[in-house]
Amino acid sequence: MVMEVVRSLATQRLSGRDLVAQMYFIGVKSQTVVLVTGAFTGMVLCAQTYFQFHKVKMDTATLAVVSVSMCGELGPVLTALMVAGRVGASMAAELGTMKVTEQVDALRTLAAHPIDYLVVPRVLATVLAVPLLTAESVTMGILSAYLVGVHLLQIDPGYSVVNMLRFTDHRDVLMGFIKSLIFGGIIATTGCYKGMHCGQGAEGVGHSTTEAVVYASIAVLMSNFFLTLLLTRLLALL
Amino acid sequence: MIEVRQLRKRFGDQQVLDGVDLTIEQGESLVIIGRSGGGKSVLLKHLVGLTHPDSGQVLVEGQDIAQLDERELLGVRRKFGMLFQSAALFDSLTVEENIAFVLARERNHTPEEITRRVAEALEMVDLPGTQKKKPAELSGGMRKRVGLARAIIYRPEVIFYDEPTTGLDPVVADSIDKLILRVCNRLRVTSIVVTHDMRSMQTVGRRVAMLHEGRIYATGTPQEMMSSADPVVSRFVRGISDEKEHTF
Repeated sequence: MVMEVVRSLATQRLSGRDLVAQMYFIGVKSQTVVLVTGAFTGMVLCAQTYFQFHKVKMDTATLAVVSVSMCGELGPVLTALMVAGRVGASMAAELGTMKVTEQVDALRTLAAHPIDYLVVPRVLATVLAVPLLTAESVTMGILSAYLVGVHLLQIDPGYSVVNMLRFTDHRDVLMGFIKSLIFGGIIATTGCYKGMHCGQGAEGVGHSTTEAVVYASIAVLMSNFFLTLLLTRLLALL
Repeated sequence: MIEVRQLRKRFGDQQVLDGVDLTIEQGESLVIIGRSGGGKSVLLKHLVGLTHPDSGQVLVEGQDIAQLDERELLGVRRKFGMLFQSAALFDSLTVEENIAFVLARERNHTPEEITRRVAEALEMVDLPGTQKKKPAELSGGMRKRVGLARAIIYRPEVIFYDEPTTGLDPVVADSIDKLILRVCNRLRVTSIVVTHDMRSMQTVGRRVAMLHEGRIYATGTPQEMMSSADPVVSRFVRGISDEKEHTF
């Protein structure tokens, strides 16, 4: 399916209207869940880090840890997991229902390739939306951590921000960005593949929906480990 | 125009098509009849290129479409229109968007032209003024009419009907049969209808082919099939079950 998507992107004209509709559903409609996830992850990470660092008088390093973790790991991974749950499931269910109700066959008889019409806009929209959602999530996480750290836990704001900027560099941001692009691709291709290859009836749609979320989540978590190792080495060259 | 040679298809351990030979001439109105689960819809899907055979050929104007990949088939399918058993309308689109689907994707039609042609297609299927409705708001018969309007708007050469009257009450079924006849006569298209509705067969068919045990068992006019002395054909067209055989 990935090869078909690449071939379609290279040779077929993409419908801007379909892309915008998918961007709206995947990007705009996912903001609440992603912002809430980012905010509470940032807050709890700040609190836990503070509780440990406070023992060794390293309170002002708390926000630096939150920032680096959110940019390179937690932001992309948690955003991807939330999007996999919301968007991956929706894609598998929608395409699966279209398949079992012969709507995919109808598309084919109307001389429309299902990959061009159904899969490519979804994959492209997810690949574009997940990095933006990740950026929102990371920003919200850091802001929330700042509020908790400075106003609740009484960490010195000046030193905290200086340390955060000192230890968070462009490589952390770039790592998060690259990961989120790849995670977007994983979520969309898994959701679309499971939908387009679902079994018969409501049971088939149910199975494909569950599998889309489970497989995408596992793939995100596993690939995150290897991407961290790979990207850390590659980005060190910059 | 369409020629099927020794078409075979197996699903698991069930041989659904076992050497189907069939020729369909341009402009003819062919009805394919046969028992439920006997492979009629599978045969129809092979004719449109929606399913690939295990062996055999489906020649459309001399080109074997069984050898084509999905992208190559798109060009061939431009000649075809298909009305699905469930109508298979796109849930997320309005009636107008469903019918205009092909024209909107071709990008060489003005919005005014598309609107006019959608209205004409809806007029032809006796559903004027339903452009803004969603498929969920339509009855079974209306959905089939919209499905037919979607299939005819781009003037295909062949229209395939998969069980067009299944699930409809007799009056609506009769109106769909008459609509198929009207479309066939007015647009001068080749019609291939899969059905097990004998009344529908007699109304829309000029020639009938009976699929039995994976092969074309008998062909003839509707009158010939109805008066056939062959026990298999006779039992089927009269709806008489064989007591020795489980039919469910």
